[in-house]
Amino acid sequence: MSQGGAPLLVINNIEVIYDHVILVLKGVSLTVPEGGIVALLGANGAGKTTTLKAVSNLLRAERGEVTKGSIEYKGQRIDRLTPNDLVKLGVVQVMEGRHCFEHLTVEENLLTGAHTRKDGRAAVARDLEMVYGYFPRLKERRKSQAGYTSGGEQQMTAIGRALLAAPKMILLDEPSMGLAPQLVEEIFTIVDALNKKEKVSFLLAEQNTNVALRFADYGYILENGRVVLDGEAQALRENEDVKEFYLGLSSQGRKSFRDTKHYRRRKRWLA
Amino acid sequence: MTFFFEVLIGGLLAGVMYSLVALGFVMIFKASGVFNFAQGALVLFAALTFVGFMEKGLPFWVAMAVTLAVMMGSAILIERFVLRPLVNQPPITLFMATIGLSFLLEGLGQGLWGSQVRALDIGIEDLPFDVLGMTFSKFDFFAAGCAALLVGALVLFFNKTRVGLALRAVADDHQAALAVGIPLQFVWAVVWAVAGLVALVAGLLWGSRLGVQFSLSLVALKALPVLILGGFTSIAGAIVGGLIIGASEKLAEVFIGPYFGGAIENWFPYMLALAFLLIRPQGLFGEKIIERV
Repeated sequence: MSQGGAPLLVINNIEVIYDHVILVLKGVSLTVPEGGIVALLGANGAGKTTTLKAVSNLLRAERGEVTKGSIEYKGQRIDRLTPNDLVKLGVVQVMEGRHCFEHLTVEENLLTGAHTRKDGRAAVARDLEMVYGYFPRLKERRKSQAGYTSGGEQQMTAIGRALLAAPKMILLDEPSMGLAPQLVEEIFTIVDALNKKEKVSFLLAEQNTNVALRFADYGYILENGRVVLDGEAQALRENEDVKEFYLGLSSQGRKSFRDTKHYRRRKRWLA
Repeated sequence: MTFFFEVLIGGLLAGVMYSLVALGFVMIFKASGVFNFAQGALVLFAALTFVGFMEKGLPFWVAMAVTLAVMMGSAILIERFVLRPLVNQPPITLFMATIGLSFLLEGLGQGLWGSQVRALDIGIEDLPFDVLGMTFSKFDFFAAGCAALLVGALVLFFNKTRVGLALRAVADDHQAALAVGIPLQFVWAVVWAVAGLVALVAGLLWGSRLGVQFSLSLVALKALPVLILGGFTSIAGAIVGGLIIGASEKLAEVFIGPYFGGAIENWFPYMLALAFLLIRPQGLFGEKIIERV
């Protein structure tokens, strides 16, 4: 693996079954290095969210189960821990679709993130200011009920809430969902800053391949519950298949969706 | 006019007693979305346990503390053996489980402490006293005071403490609460313990009014119209709902009752609740379903 940094999270050939019958992940392996941003790409139903939930152990709440393989964080098996234990270890998930606590104010939402912390009010207050520093908009709206804030503000609240757990690693699920391109850019820029300044590693599930590959160091492409391709973000961006199937580009440059029907490049990988 | 106010205030005070029972329902519904059918049984169980310990010769406050400990213990057991195995089941399954639980608690309480009617004396005599020419029950005022204290404490607990914040978070979104590391099991145990505390207070007040006996578990039925009026998710709603039900049933009994041959007190609250369901199904203070457009 040509990634810098010691491996922080190692997923080793996991298989996930929902409800004892539905096989969703059929052997996914990936590594997130310390201080890295790793993108997990793929279409709907490819297994991105399932992979993240397998790590954060939210699967059990949806009757899913990791039946094979192992997940290690800092060399320690974590597949039998509760989500609560994981947050204490420093792994927090930001769920797809924001999931803010609608009837709580923005500030209360942020403070719920600090539930597992034991290092005192002062440290929490400092981190709250840090979050407001990254997301000034949240400071303006801190007394509003989260349910009435905009989609972008809710996404910021969700990320800020995760930050208050003082995480080493954030599992970020589809931060671009339902947001205007400008806001997507803003959120990703902040993710990048958090990665550089606060030393938080990210495992990022995204459909927006273009943005994700610009900000990530390394990427994995999932199809039907398998990793079909992985590589440095730069290399993936230049890969012909990725260009064709995920970035909407071909050797002739950008083309209209109308034309893609007529000829399709044969995928080089088997899904 | 004096008579009207006497009835009104008497009704409001009676309503506080209903609110007290409704509060227990609200706690559990808010945090877990479960309609806890066993709340009435909890009230009975708490009162029986308390009287049982009193009869064993424990002084009032010691019996109170021991009963409280028993209620907390039950909460933890209920979470461990009823709720935890049923995580992620549909609400109706959990509802059925609470029905089972209510039978278990009723049986257990009566099995342990006997089923004869017992008097419960909490040291407040139910004497009438006069204010401005109106006659009220001293006991009712005491009960209202207790309820006010309890509610004040709960509001502080929910709004000012870390655990309270976690409880409200869980009430909003289980999954997100899990994701930020709030342990659901702990939250549920806390909620049931708080519901146990509320049941204890309600059990003592209702028990000293009606005597401690099986029918105590039926006061929970009076909480239903209160909940429908006030909303299942609001503490304020439980209070206001209780007051409205208490006041309106007494007023209806005295002023409309004679036209129907009396005794409308028993069914009037349900009619009121039914009418309310048609107009405002989430109740007066129920959480609005926030829909962003």
